[in-house]
Amino acid sequence: MNFTLKIWRQANPKDKGRFEIYKIENISPDASFLEMLDILNEKLIREGKDPVAFDHDCREGICGMCSLYINGRPHGPDDDVTTCQLHMRKFKDGETITIEPWRAAAFPVVKDLIVDRNAFDKILQAGGFISVNTGSAPDANAIPIPSHIAEEAFDAAACIGCGACVAACKNSSAMLFVAAKVSHLALLPQGRIEAAKRVKAMIAKMDELGFGSCTNTGACEAECPKNISIAHIARLNREFLCANIKE
Amino acid sequence: MANFFNSSVGKKIIMSLSGLFLILFLLVHLSINFLTVVDPSGKLFNQASEFMETNPFIFVMQFVLAAGFLFHIFYGTWLTLQNRKTRPVPYAVSTQSNVSWSSQNMWITGAVILGFLVLHLYNYFYKLKFTDLIESGQMTEFELVTGLFHVNNWIYTLLYVSWFIILGLHLNHALQSAFQTIGLNNQQWLNRLKWLSSIYAIFITIGFSTISLYFFIRSILN
Repeated sequence: MNFTLKIWRQANPKDKGRFEIYKIENISPDASFLEMLDILNEKLIREGKDPVAFDHDCREGICGMCSLYINGRPHGPDDDVTTCQLHMRKFKDGETITIEPWRAAAFPVVKDLIVDRNAFDKILQAGGFISVNTGSAPDANAIPIPSHIAEEAFDAAACIGCGACVAACKNSSAMLFVAAKVSHLALLPQGRIEAAKRVKAMIAKMDELGFGSCTNTGACEAECPKNISIAHIARLNREFLCANIKE
Repeated sequence: MANFFNSSVGKKIIMSLSGLFLILFLLVHLSINFLTVVDPSGKLFNQASEFMETNPFIFVMQFVLAAGFLFHIFYGTWLTLQNRKTRPVPYAVSTQSNVSWSSQNMWITGAVILGFLVLHLYNYFYKLKFTDLIESGQMTEFELVTGLFHVNNWIYTLLYVSWFIILGLHLNHALQSAFQTIGLNNQQWLNRLKWLSSIYAIFITIGFSTISLYFFIRSILN
């Protein structure tokens, strides 16, 4: 397969940046999107040019490191997968593919397609944890938890913190990410104790870091590679409201 | 609670409560307007109008309503401007995500609704409160309301029906979004509320349009 790639190039955070066009040929339909970029980079290195910088790590869809806004969608045209799990067969032969970094004031560009997602770590440090050591995994039935609660908490815990929700949202809101963390901990007995304190701290940090507010468009849910539901955002709002009323 | 009102979630909750208030108002407005169709002689509607003009509760509520509208408009605009700042460099390719048009364009539909609201207030509120059309016996409230939808000034019927459609697009996202923001939603209710929101939007659009079109068609037939 042959493609024309329109890729955002930016030397450093202060550089203005611009799109550059690259032609790439003989790509296997079974190549992953990142393998295609590897092939492009090998070609650029052979030509003595600067390779395109992009984030990646496990390439198994579980680490949350890969990003890329591909043809108007975070993680590209396939649903419920990360960019590393996206294959070139999802594109048409000869297609022009536009690749941009996540765009958000809270995620500044480091270089080319790499953005700084430390803001997510800072939100987690504000309250996305349990303060005491709860020990190793307890016996299965030591603390009975109804299966639908366990399932819902697990669905929320599937968040890999990739930032696609922020990238997709027209307000660059981090609500789905924060909701997933708040929901997963608030649903379980170990996390319930600090739920009120946690939700207030995480939202305050989210606002401080320059993420926008949620207008319930559902773009985050549509683009989340882990298919996390905006129902968790409703829980986050509820938790936040109750925490403030109880104050 | 000070932190609550300064937080993004708190601001959204306030915004959605003002929206829910306006959603309720629209139902009341439609119910009263529908009296013109229920009793085309106009007697029932004129009685209702007189009640509205003399009832002290309604007198107070009209200020609350004006405040609700102004708050919803200005606060919504301010929040939209704040949200715009969160993406200083826009995407070259606009979103291809599977999201509803209404949800992405609330400010635009809101601005159009506001534009027509000014016209609407001039046509009715101004003429009722600041002219002596009714007191002098030149026309009844019923004639004032229904006279606008006459074939001779067909442009008004066209404008109003277009307005109701845009209002419907705004409401299609509004109701479900308000429930989501105040936390009254979950996995089971997500789709139910989306449906409920659409049904409410269609009900309001068709309800108000029916009244305009009823009198428009009646003016052609007479």
